[in-house]
Parts: sequence; structure tokens; C-alpha cells
Amino acid sequence: MNKITCECGHVNPEGTVLCEACGKPIEGNQHINGNQPNKLLNMRYDGSARRSQTYNKTFVDKIWNFFSSVKVGVWLIALTLIASAIGTIFPQEANNQSPLPANQYYEQNYGIAGKIYYQLGFHDLYGSWWYMILVASIGISLVIASLDRFVPLYRALKKQKPKRHETFLKRQRIFGQAEQATEEDKKALVQGLKKQRYKVYEQDGHILAEKGRFARWGPYVNHIGLIIFLIGTLLRFVPAMYIDESMWVREGETKQIPGTDRQYYIKNEDFFVETYDKDDPRYQEAIKEQGGSVVKNYQTNAVLYERTDEALPGSEPELKKIKEGAIQVNRPIKVDRFALYQTTYQLDEFKTMTFKLHEKEDSEEKELDTFTVDLVDPKSEYNLDNGIRVKVDSYFPEFEMQNGEPTSVSKYPKNPAFVFNIFTPENPDKPEVSFVGIGANLDPSGENQYKVGLKDFETRDVTGLTITKDLTLPILGLGGLIFMIGVIQGMYWNHRRIWIHPHDEGVWIAGHTNKNWFGIKRDLEKIVDGTNVPMVTDQNELKE
Amino acid sequence: MANKTNKKKKRLIFRSVMLTIMLAAVAFALYSNFTKDKKDILQVGEEAPNFKLETINVEGKETLTLDYFEGKGVMLNFWADYCPPCKEEMPYMQQLYPEYKKKGVEILAVNLDQGELVVENFIETHDLTFPIVQDKSGQVMELYDVGSLPATYFIGPEGEIEHKVIGALTLDKIEGYLQEIKPES
Repeated sequence: MNKITCECGHVNPEGTVLCEACGKPIEGNQHINGNQPNKLLNMRYDGSARRSQTYNKTFVDKIWNFFSSVKVGVWLIALTLIASAIGTIFPQEANNQSPLPANQYYEQNYGIAGKIYYQLGFHDLYGSWWYMILVASIGISLVIASLDRFVPLYRALKKQKPKRHETFLKRQRIFGQAEQATEEDKKALVQGLKKQRYKVYEQDGHILAEKGRFARWGPYVNHIGLIIFLIGTLLRFVPAMYIDESMWVREGETKQIPGTDRQYYIKNEDFFVETYDKDDPRYQEAIKEQGGSVVKNYQTNAVLYERTDEALPGSEPELKKIKEGAIQVNRPIKVDRFALYQTTYQLDEFKTMTFKLHEKEDSEEKELDTFTVDLVDPKSEYNLDNGIRVKVDSYFPEFEMQNGEPTSVSKYPKNPAFVFNIFTPENPDKPEVSFVGIGANLDPSGENQYKVGLKDFETRDVTGLTITKDLTLPILGLGGLIFMIGVIQGMYWNHRRIWIHPHDEGVWIAGHTNKNWFGIKRDLEKIVDGTNVPMVTDQNELKE
Repeated sequence: MANKTNKKKKRLIFRSVMLTIMLAAVAFALYSNFTKDKKDILQVGEEAPNFKLETINVEGKETLTLDYFEGKGVMLNFWADYCPPCKEEMPYMQQLYPEYKKKGVEILAVNLDQGELVVENFIETHDLTFPIVQDKSGQVMELYDVGSLPATYFIGPEGEIEHKVIGALTLDKIEGYLQEIKPES
């Protein structure tokens, strides 16, 4: 609880290692930075008091101090890294492309290891509670550790005085004594410092020359960037900020765009896949090497509509056309803040089928009449020439035999099959039954006079689109930018300080930098050049 | 000394506020993540949103809205004929329908856009008399967040959702739920 008054008169906060003003090591606190007598001083945070290490009274303080520790922060980052690495061993749930639910998939494919993997939540790593807590803890640690260091360091650098304690100077890594230096030499040194673009402060003949102090704030700027980035990722949980949906649209179909609250609709006019021309001499070789064809373009020609009424869901909305254009891979169509991307497709889904009726015994299969069935919404009856009536008894869009019964496994016409009842004028009450599907044409009774054969069909393509809206991108961008500024600030500049201390007849010179010791020594070489002051020594090198 | 205690107090307040803000953010993230899949889904207790769909087997009415049944309990069933469990429960629904219609409970079955032919055939083969509507654009299916079929909502006379059942229902279960949404008289 006691403030420490240094012999220079400066009052330091508790826990100070080196006096903020003169740098004298404060007795009884040297263990905090691991300083040993007569060894070089640990200049971390300029020996300022990190409060976290001193106040530890309440529960809040204990939590605070836990997160303030750099050691804890490093551990959190290491654990997150290890967990992320483990998360790549088996595929993530979102990408495993399996119809099996996760609780079966991992055990079936990877045995006991897979089961553990699933139970610990590695299958959906970013969504598992402990992973989220780890990342959140890193965020909290960033904020607290930065605050706890920024404030005292700021104080220490603000309050430093040019006049330093001799112990402080002697125990700097760069140190030199020039007992014979004259006033002229001192002036020359100051001139040299200024020439090297140092800011020079003087106090009673003591000199502090400093440059690049702002590099010290680099890590904190960097942390601010990270925190903004984390806030951005947090905002992705807000639906108004972030939407990621997908949809299928068939050619000719108009559908509401999911995630837009029934506001926007899209019509798929046309979907196509283009390939590179095999006969073009420019591509021939590459295509041959690749084998098969090489796709040049996937494109949906789309029309966007906006709903203009408040119609109830389910009823036909009133739509106003707002936009028309192509959606290509990486070239989305945009509306409001939504972007629709081309993601996937299905070619050649059946759309209509045209059947012809002929006499069964006719080997030439001369058509009596034809009829076309819309596979999405077939009519129940088709009236043909000669008074013949075809009734659709059953329609199976995606036909499959299940337990001996014909069924459909979906509503999509992927494998259409029909049971037709053919009513002839001669036999108006007793229809002929025939079953027609892809590659199948059955006459269950064996007594049919007429036969229905597939004459032609039309297909259409289905486009798969992804709808995204991401208002967090500017925030993520800003966070990233500030992060990079912080990195540059901290990495490409160094905080260099040189102290000149009058001693007896001459001067002592000491220097400190947070990095690039070679740089500060080169500065000093230029500064002492042409004076009687000998070059300083690097006490770290002397030791070895 | 007063100054010092003051400072200490300030520090404690500052630290508590900072920690609270950060914990709130973390709690928000965790909560959002775990309710992500449920957020848009209609919850039991919420009001069943109204819709308007084309009917297939209701004479004299081209469209039906949910609020048409105001004051009655409604069993809202989403089905398709390619879904075997849907086919299984349809006869049970038909079996209970006449009795519960008298008691003020309606059954409304929403078909997922299969074309009228398929639906009409199905109605014919199973002799269904309760109203069946078609969700051609899939909007109501999205509104009610129907993923897998069958999905059934039991809506009370006040219009609030009382139960949501995904998967096939047995005769007993349907009857039990119908009892619950029966208006008191």
C-alpha cells in the first residue's frame, strides 16, 4: 500500500522496480523483474509497476490478475492452437458430406477415436462451448493485459528524467565511461545526437536523447486491432449483421430468397455451363492434358423481384422487378446488402415428357396422337383424337420399387414413371392399364390394344445459390488494418534512448533500445566519431 | 488515506465493470451459438403465424387462411406422399377427424407442392375428408420451419402453438394432443 519515494524525490507507485524518474532500482522490488545485483537491469516495461502483480485482494482482483498474466495468455493461445490442430484430424461436421447424423458418423467411420472426437465437440470445433470460451479468454486476456501494461508504461515514459541514477546507467547493456571528455566533446555528442534525429532533453547538464518512442505503443495498437476484430466476429451472431443461406431454383421458377424476410424473390431464367472449345488451338493441349472438358463458366441468368404487398405467406405476392443480370462464380448479383453467389447446380432435370399412343401390334408404331405431360403439375386427363382418353392414374416423380410397391422417394422428377388408364370409345368403362417409366413399359394385363411410348422430353437445369449478407466485414477490415499498423509500428521502428551523465571531469554514456542493438550501436559510433569519447561497450557481449 | 481508499474503490469498480462487459459479450456469443438453430424456429407458446394457401379438397373455397379456424383447435400437419410415416399417420387423422370436428378441432394438412394430380389421387385412395392445402412456393413450410417430414403443430383455440411434433404420430398420441387443443365448452 505504500508509495515509494525515491532518493531523487519522485514518488513511485507500489510495485515499481525502477524509479520512474531516475531509474534507480528500488530496494525490495527487484525480484519482480528477476534482477540480480551487479547484473544488467531487466528493462521490461521500463521497470514500472504492473498493478496486477501487486494488488490481489478481492475476487475481482484475482480474476483480473489471472487474465493480466502474459504467461496465462500464451497458454491460452497455445491451447487454442492445439485444439484447432486436433480439429483438422477428422472432417468437421459441416464438411463431412455424410447423410449420417454426427453422433453416428464419427463412431462408424473412425471407431472409438471418432466417438471421443464427437463427444468432446471437436466435430464442430468453432461451435463447441469450450473452444468459444478459449477464444473469448484470449480476448479478455488481451484487453486486461494491455490495460495493465499500457498505463504504467505510459507513466514511466512520460515521467522519466534526463538525470539518471548511476546504478541505473552502469547496469544498462550499453555503457561507456569517458572520464576525459571535455565540454567541447559534450557539445559534439549533442550535435551528433541531433544529427541522428534524436530528441534531446537536458536537465542540469544531464542529457536524455530519445527516438522512436512511438514504437513502444505498437503492441497495444495491435491489440486494439485484434479486439475490434473479435467484436466483429461476435457481431456475426446478430442476424441483422450476418446471413448465410442457400437455395435451389429451377429454370423458369420464381422463389423467395431465404434470409430476406420474404422481401426479395429470384427467378432463374437460364442456367448453363460453358466449357473451353476443344478445337481451339490455344487450349487444345491443356484440355488434352486435363482429360475431358474444362469448364469456363457457370452462369445463372436471374431476375430479382421485390415484394410490394403485405400478402400472407403462401399466397401469390405482388412482385416488382428490380434487377436483372448474370450470376457467375465469384461474381454475385447484389441487392440491398445481400449477395447471391453461384455455388452449385444440377443439369437436366426432367421438365416435360411427350408420349405417343400407338397400336400395340403395329410394328411401325405409327402414332395415333401425342400428349405432353408437365412433370411438375401433371393434368389428370388428356383427351386424344379418335375419342381416346388417357387418365393419369398414378404419377411417381422419382420412381422406386419399395417392398414390391411402386413409390416416389421425392417430389422432384428425377425418374418419372406413370400408370396410365386408357379409355377407348369402344370400351368406355374398362380402361387399359399401362405402366410407363424411363426404360420401362409394362402391360400388366397382357391384353392391351394400345401402347403409350415415350416420344420426347424436355429438361431444365437447377441452380444452387448461396445468399450472404455480412455487415461485419468493414469492422473486420478495420480491425485488421489497425492490427497491421500496430505490427508495423512495433516492428519497423525501435525505441532508442541514450543518456549522457556528467561524472567527475568527464561523462558516462548509457544506451537502451527495445530491439535492434546493432542499430543503436551504429548510431553511437557516428556520434562519438571525431570526439575524444571512446566507443561504448555492449556489456552483454563482454560477458561472453 | 481517504484518497487511497477512494482510489482502491475506483479501481475495483473499473475492474468489475470491464469484467462484466466482457463476460456479457462472451455470454452473448455462447447463447447465440446455442440458440442459433432454434432462433428462427417457432417455439411452443408462440402465436401460430397466419398464412393463405390454395385448397384442393374444400368445396366452394379456393383458398384457406389459418385464422379462418379462429376459436378452434387446429392440428396443422405437413406431409408429402413420398414420406412413408406421413402416409402411415394419415388414416389415424381421418379416423379421428369426424369426431373432433364436432368438438371444435380442425385438421389441416399442408402438402409440399407435389402437383394436384398426386395429391388428389392420394386423397381419393385414403378417403380423406379434412381440408388439404398446397404450399406451392414452400413459403409456409419455411415460415413454420419444417425440415423433415412429417411435422405437426397443435394449435390451441387462442392461436398459440401448444405442441410441435416431428416424425410419425400414433393414433393414441394424436388423440391425446387433440384433446388438449379442444376448446372448452
